[in-house]
Amino acid sequence: MKPRIAVYKFSSCAGCQLQILNIEEHLLEIVGAVDLAHFVMARRDKGAGPFDIGFVEGAVTSPEEVAKLKTARKECRVLVALGTCAAFGGIPSVKNWVPQREVESRVYPDPSVIQSVRATPIDNYVKVDGFLRGCPIDKNEFLDLVKGALIGAKPYLRAHSICMECKLSENVCLFEEQGQLCMGSVTAAGCGSLCPSLGRACRGCRGPADDANVPALAQAMADHGAGADEIRRRFRLFAGEAEVFQKGVAAL
Amino acid sequence: MTKTIKVEYMARVEGEASLSLDVEGGELKGLTLDIYEPPRFFQGFLVGRKYDEVPDIVARICGICPAAHELTAIQALETAMGVQVSQQVKDLRRMLALAQDIQSHALHIYMLALPDFLGYESAIAMATDYGEAVQRALRLKKLGNDFTELIGGRAVHPVTAVVGGFTHIPAPAELHAIGQRLEAAMDDAMATAALVGSLTLPDFVRGGIEHVALRHPEQYPVNEGRMISNLGLDIGPAEYRAHIREWQFPPSHALWSTIIGRSCFTVGPLARLNLNLDRLSPKAREALELTGHQFPDYNPFASIVARAVELVQFIDDSLALIRRYEGRPEEVVHQVRAGTGAAFSEAPRGILYHSYTVNAQGIVEAADIVSPTAHNAHSMEHDLREYAPTILHLPEPEIALKCEMMIRNYDPCFSCSAHFLKLKLNRSGS
Repeated sequence: MKPRIAVYKFSSCAGCQLQILNIEEHLLEIVGAVDLAHFVMARRDKGAGPFDIGFVEGAVTSPEEVAKLKTARKECRVLVALGTCAAFGGIPSVKNWVPQREVESRVYPDPSVIQSVRATPIDNYVKVDGFLRGCPIDKNEFLDLVKGALIGAKPYLRAHSICMECKLSENVCLFEEQGQLCMGSVTAAGCGSLCPSLGRACRGCRGPADDANVPALAQAMADHGAGADEIRRRFRLFAGEAEVFQKGVAAL
Repeated sequence: MTKTIKVEYMARVEGEASLSLDVEGGELKGLTLDIYEPPRFFQGFLVGRKYDEVPDIVARICGICPAAHELTAIQALETAMGVQVSQQVKDLRRMLALAQDIQSHALHIYMLALPDFLGYESAIAMATDYGEAVQRALRLKKLGNDFTELIGGRAVHPVTAVVGGFTHIPAPAELHAIGQRLEAAMDDAMATAALVGSLTLPDFVRGGIEHVALRHPEQYPVNEGRMISNLGLDIGPAEYRAHIREWQFPPSHALWSTIIGRSCFTVGPLARLNLNLDRLSPKAREALELTGHQFPDYNPFASIVARAVELVQFIDDSLALIRRYEGRPEEVVHQVRAGTGAAFSEAPRGILYHSYTVNAQGIVEAADIVSPTAHNAHSMEHDLREYAPTILHLPEPEIALKCEMMIRNYDPCFSCSAHFLKLKLNRSGS
């Protein structure tokens, strides 16, 4: 029997799920090898658990989502965070740095009916077996993970920083040469240093690299003349909930 | 006895919504379209962030139309800060939007909408019987994504578009290579028009419906134009809030978008086509004739036909822009100053509105965003209230499916709408 896969959506933009459908040249091969049993954005038939692999997209931002996540954990043998929202909180976590009542009252005339909790990564509530980083995820890393699961091999997920990829791409350093506040030295690789290769600083959308020296980067940014607010915003964009990035804020 | 027909988690749409109909003695007693997507508060947390972060942040409102959010935000911020850009930058932005439109329309026509009309649960299930159509869908979708990636650096959440221009632009040769693939794809787009023309559409028109779309002096509207309607609306982005409001209609907890003094309205491909028939290219007109449909058409089920005609138009417009592209290197330089600015664009699903106030340091002081699905939510519910009673004689699963189809016509993006609509959180109550 083909391995059964579930895709769950939490607080997110659906871009990581769309990346699965964006593997156009291999999509029919994928559905030949695995059963996308529960994938509501693509199918009307909703398969019931148990599932072999569950991919969770999105941050957790409401009490209902906490309950839903716990059910997902129970029905999946392997649970994978699909993208930066699930892995680190992602863009929904930007709200965490402003008082909740202030944020709510700017959007809703009567915030008393709104129930929203701190936007957190899914491993705040359940055990997570794997993390696919990126906003959005990289299609090849998704394929590597699925192929690895089929043959019982661990996927190759990079632990080093974007800086390494940027050097391999022979890019001019945007930080050193242009004073752009690049997050590449502390951000996990895997995108092929996409943004710096296209002339713009890394924003840290893949979350922290394993050996990130965050306080040193915060200091380097300050030495380049960036103010405390500017630096704080850099560390509180895609992965402000990550402990490693919080060290950058604490260093100020 | 009241019977409830419920669609718990609506499939083949972006985001989370459910639908329930209360039927008593063959009559519709109640109807709830419940958007239970959790609120993400974009307008709330944009305040205090810097202008150059805004395009990256708003892209994450929607993974299917991120370029539309980025480009609309950039245009609004440029208006606020008095930034002018070159014709080449405008052309590249239009191409980026068109590229994403091609991807989004191919996705919706084939993978989200078509399975309903052909009697399948998904495009995956269609692959055995409609192999060629599914292959065509994947080709068109991949072309849209590759085109987006060439200009934006990435298909989902493009990275190169910034206030003042682009951090990187493609070489003319790279764009010409995509141009050749677009020319070849014209056959696929025409075949799509023929296929949707062959479908039997449910017959339904809601009386007095107001269709709203952008109107440009020369072009088929993409990211510029005035907001007009078949009932005489004609406004620019700065006038939006004097004409469009969100109101609360008890007992519903959602905020519904309406034209002040009138009612709900519909945006999207069908409204766009109905209001811009004289802007179609000769090829797109040919596609329209191939479908065998007469426009203007106010039957929401004809949206899939409008999308197919637009697919041809988008390819044609892209080709014209590629032909005149020179790939001149340009520096991104601009001033930062305090101001307020608004912008419209036609996202794949219809009119998108962004407005920002920034201070002299470029920090956002106020943000106002209304997505196409937020514009349409009121209209969707009105359509259902009139349509559902006409199909209550059908078996229950059929009623549920037809109502889902009605919603899917709009290609809704519930994640986009959720931080704008007031949510009905207590689902057992009210």
